[in-house]
Amino acid sequence: MDSWTFGWTLALIGMTGTMLVLWFLSLLILLLKKIFPYQPEESAAKKG
Amino acid sequence: MESALVSGLQGLFLGVLSLRPEHVIMIVIGSVLLYLGIKKGYEPLLLVPIGFGAILVNIPLAEMMGKDGFLRFFYDTGVLTEVFPLLIFIGIGAMTDFQPLLENPKIILLGAAGQFGIFLTLLLALAVGFDKLDAVAVAIIGACDGPTAIYVSSKFAPHMLGAVSVAAYSYMSLVPLIQPPIMRVLTTQKERTIVMGAIRQPVSRTTKIVFPIVVTIFASILAPKGAPLIGTVMLGNLMKESGVVDRLKSASENEITNMVTLLLGLCIGATMEADKFLRGQTLLVLALGFIAISLDTVVGVLFGKLMCLLTGGKVNPLIGAAGISAFPMSARVVQVEGQKYNKKSYLLMHAMSANAGGQIGSVIAAAVMLSVLQGMGIVGG
Repeated sequence: MDSWTFGWTLALIGMTGTMLVLWFLSLLILLLKKIFPYQPEESAAKKG
Repeated sequence: MESALVSGLQGLFLGVLSLRPEHVIMIVIGSVLLYLGIKKGYEPLLLVPIGFGAILVNIPLAEMMGKDGFLRFFYDTGVLTEVFPLLIFIGIGAMTDFQPLLENPKIILLGAAGQFGIFLTLLLALAVGFDKLDAVAVAIIGACDGPTAIYVSSKFAPHMLGAVSVAAYSYMSLVPLIQPPIMRVLTTQKERTIVMGAIRQPVSRTTKIVFPIVVTIFASILAPKGAPLIGTVMLGNLMKESGVVDRLKSASENEITNMVTLLLGLCIGATMEADKFLRGQTLLVLALGFIAISLDTVVGVLFGKLMCLLTGGKVNPLIGAAGISAFPMSARVVQVEGQKYNKKSYLLMHAMSANAGGQIGSVIAAAVMLSVLQGMGIVGG
């Protein structure tokens, strides 16, 4: 594989892959927040 | 007796007689790194041991990196095996608070945009003649993340470790000087004055505990070659958030990180032997490193502008500059710049979210890169 094919392939898949993985993680965070919602008692427990 | 005296004196001056101009130049470079660390306060925890290591390794006949040299032992044990950067990642995870990111997850995308400089610099490095794996090592400076840069370069181009590490840590400390001009050029006065609303999305403790576990599982499955990077950061964070292993957390962020930072710094300095470091290639690495971090900022701010457009002007594009991994320095730069144009603008928490996204983003970008390289057959499985 020549350098340019290597470079463009790695750059395109790398940028797209990084963006997709992080987008997927943002969805995962939203899902976690839905499954484990914040309870106001946590705040009270912290203060208490 | 007379000949014994002469031989003894010759032995005493052998070091002086073996001193070459290139040794002197490298000792001066090591001293400059010490000056920057001690006097200017640029990343002193790394630049002091790196500078001292560079001096030690260029003392003629001392053979610090020789077969039985004292620095060779630490280099082979901790750098070639990639153990040192991974241990530091555990400490980083233990010190990182992902709460701002968990409160505002869509901002994580800025952390992806802030890594594009890595891939654009890869193309530049190939264009100026670096071979494939050397170009990868140069490009990773754009992760703006010292341990990631060390991990990748020690894996693929250990002969460039000194130049890559010095570039990575030097430019990270120069983020407050590098980023503001780029932010100003790429944004309009109106965009810079946008006030972003407060984030009011509290996060449960369970979410904070489960987050590092699920990120490790999912991100490692998607990019298996990056599992050591992702896993160590998230292990450190799990120890912090679980609150049940305070001793381990404390050891990770203090004793272990401090000891490994010292040895890692010395080892990086030890790779700066005159015949390996004093090359035109080193200057190219330094120049490309600067371009990489600048490109990260450019793409981050442009992505911030896109988010501003898509949200109808609710996102201040300046926060895009914080999508790099220099935490929390980059977020502070954004806050300072935002305040210059609008005293009522408080961008810090939003920028911290982007900055935390940048921390994960740099690790994910490296993980994706390693997995793609494996998939392309450039590196072994």
